Amino acid sequence: MDRFRMIFQYFQSNSESVMNGICGLLALASVKMYTCFDFSCPCLPRYNMAYGLGIMFVPPIALFLCGLILNRQSLVMLEEWQRPQGHRKKDLAVIRYMCSSIMQRAMVAPVVWIIVTLLDGKCLICAFSGSVDPEKFVAFANTSPVQVQHLLAKVPCKDDELMRNNTSRKAVSRYLRCWSQALGWSILLILIIAAFLARWLRPCFNQATLLQTRHWSNYIDIEQKIFEETCCEHSRLFAHKCILHFFESMRQEIKRHSFSLPRKGEEAEGEEDLLRGITDQDQVNKILKMWYYEKPPL
Amino acid sequence: MDKFRMIFQFLQSNQESFMNGICGIMALASAQMYSAFDFNCPCLPHYNLAYGLGILLVPPFILFLLGFVLNNNVSMLAEEWRRPQGQRGKDPAVLRYMFCSMAQRAMIAPVVWVSVTLLDGKCITCAFCTSVPVETLGNASHPGLSQGEMKRVLARIPCKEIYDGQEFIANEVAIRYLRCISQALGWCFVLLMTTLAFLVRSLRPCFTQAAFLKSRYWSHYIDIERKLFDETCAEHARSFAKVCIQQFFEGMSTDLAAARCHPPMKAPADVGEDAEKLLGITDQGSMNVALKSWHRCKPPLHLHPPTLPSGNGWAGEKQSPTHLPVPRREMAAYYSRV
Repeated sequence: MDRFRMIFQYFQSNSESVMNGICGLLALASVKMYTCFDFSCPCLPRYNMAYGLGIMFVPPIALFLCGLILNRQSLVMLEEWQRPQGHRKKDLAVIRYMCSSIMQRAMVAPVVWIIVTLLDGKCLICAFSGSVDPEKFVAFANTSPVQVQHLLAKVPCKDDELMRNNTSRKAVSRYLRCWSQALGWSILLILIIAAFLARWLRPCFNQATLLQTRHWSNYIDIEQKIFEETCCEHSRLFAHKCILHFFESMRQEIKRHSFSLPRKGEEAEGEEDLLRGITDQDQVNKILKMWYYEKPPL
Repeated sequence: MDKFRMIFQFLQSNQESFMNGICGIMALASAQMYSAFDFNCPCLPHYNLAYGLGILLVPPFILFLLGFVLNNNVSMLAEEWRRPQGQRGKDPAVLRYMFCSMAQRAMIAPVVWVSVTLLDGKCITCAFCTSVPVETLGNASHPGLSQGEMKRVLARIPCKEIYDGQEFIANEVAIRYLRCISQALGWCFVLLMTTLAFLVRSLRPCFTQAAFLKSRYWSHYIDIERKLFDETCAEHARSFAKVCIQQFFEGMSTDLAAARCHPPMKAPADVGEDAEKLLGITDQGSMNVALKSWHRCKPPLHLHPPTLPSGNGWAGEKQSPTHLPVPRREMAAYYSRV
């Protein structure tokens, strides 16, 4: 329990960590979505390619946009970019740094989706089954072009009546899956090498500038948060004063109209304070009515 | 348990986070509802379309309305909209901000339902199975079937057990085709919604940032003011009730004493706290009378100012406040009470 609380506090304390947390959650959600999604290739000549490539590329775009939307820093960056200069100069390097860090985080979930798709293989098999060379496979070698296209399109569907007993179906399937997984692992390797190089070589270039831009981007983020908290605190105090003032003015009005002297017994003083001079059903009704019909000015 | 309490506290601390939490829960509930729902296509020519589109569109509408109902701020918005102007001007920008933020949150569960429905494919398969292009996918040249008959056969596509049109178009082919179209529609819908959300969120700082900050501040203010007013009223009601009941018991105790025609016992100077709390009612008969009177004849909602007994036993209504040397429990025998 303590460990969980510590982890939670650590994530909360640093805005960058919160962003990393969200990024990780989105990547996990992306894998979960892929496993829940019921991939069903249409097994028709022109539809296969559209479906296969669609499933491979459209969800990553949606995930990328989700990554940008869920990242609070993107709003902060846009505000900083669009604000009028005023008394404070704008530093484009800070805005560039924030933009690149937002983009990097938002790219994680789409990349995870694409890699999982490629390693699984179903999308590529569906999309490119019609593009293999039929001469390489025995069962498709001696059929007419139209017929072969039709048959190849049905390769992803194991249970189709034409494909159930076809010996070359598995061969085509394995061939395409092999290509798909090779592509998947290569992309993963390239990305990891690129990330590794970027992290190692960064201190060699402009380390001082980097420290500055990182500091000021954190500062802008924190300043924004503190401003929002201060506004909340201020509106709370404002409301408190407004209501007290309202009750006080009501008490004055009631005193004026009822001609009774205020009594303050020593014991009753505490309660009297809370009652604020309102001791009657009609008075209470009047106060509530006034509150609705004529709210006090701000 | 502690974990949930912490998460709950975090969400509660910020009103907007709390609303986001409710919104997330409704989205999950919507996905769970869909998977628990037992979809049953009627497999009849005109009923299919109605059923399929009904399941696709009616629950999202209900979820949207539910999103508004579960949002506490709806009554706040309605109140602010309908209140008379009085001394405080009304700002339509604040009302618009409140309405937009509520509508955005209420849209999430319906969008999740529609996406999950389209990605699953059963609704579209059921609704549009009679429109499958038999010429391209199957064998339409089979003679002897009128339009109506053909539609009746195609309507049974979703129900594999009773499908009898294998020679026109294979059942799996038709279902795969319809499901492919449904999933394509589903992903396009998801992409469209995410693009819209992204545009709404990112274009705002470019255009109306100052006005936005103002509307957000005043909408939070209205919410906080309402809560503080409710708290103040609750405090007041508590004090009112306390004094009212105390006065009731005092009244009862003096009435009983008067009825018995003897002066109430002078409490000894060192009376204990418990004896004070008895409020002068010290036997079963008196308590029963007090309880009966509370039920039959509740006191009016009008608190008397505290009356001060003077040395000769007379205490009037309009008496200037004097210092109070004697403890209150020592009652005079006769006094008038208006």
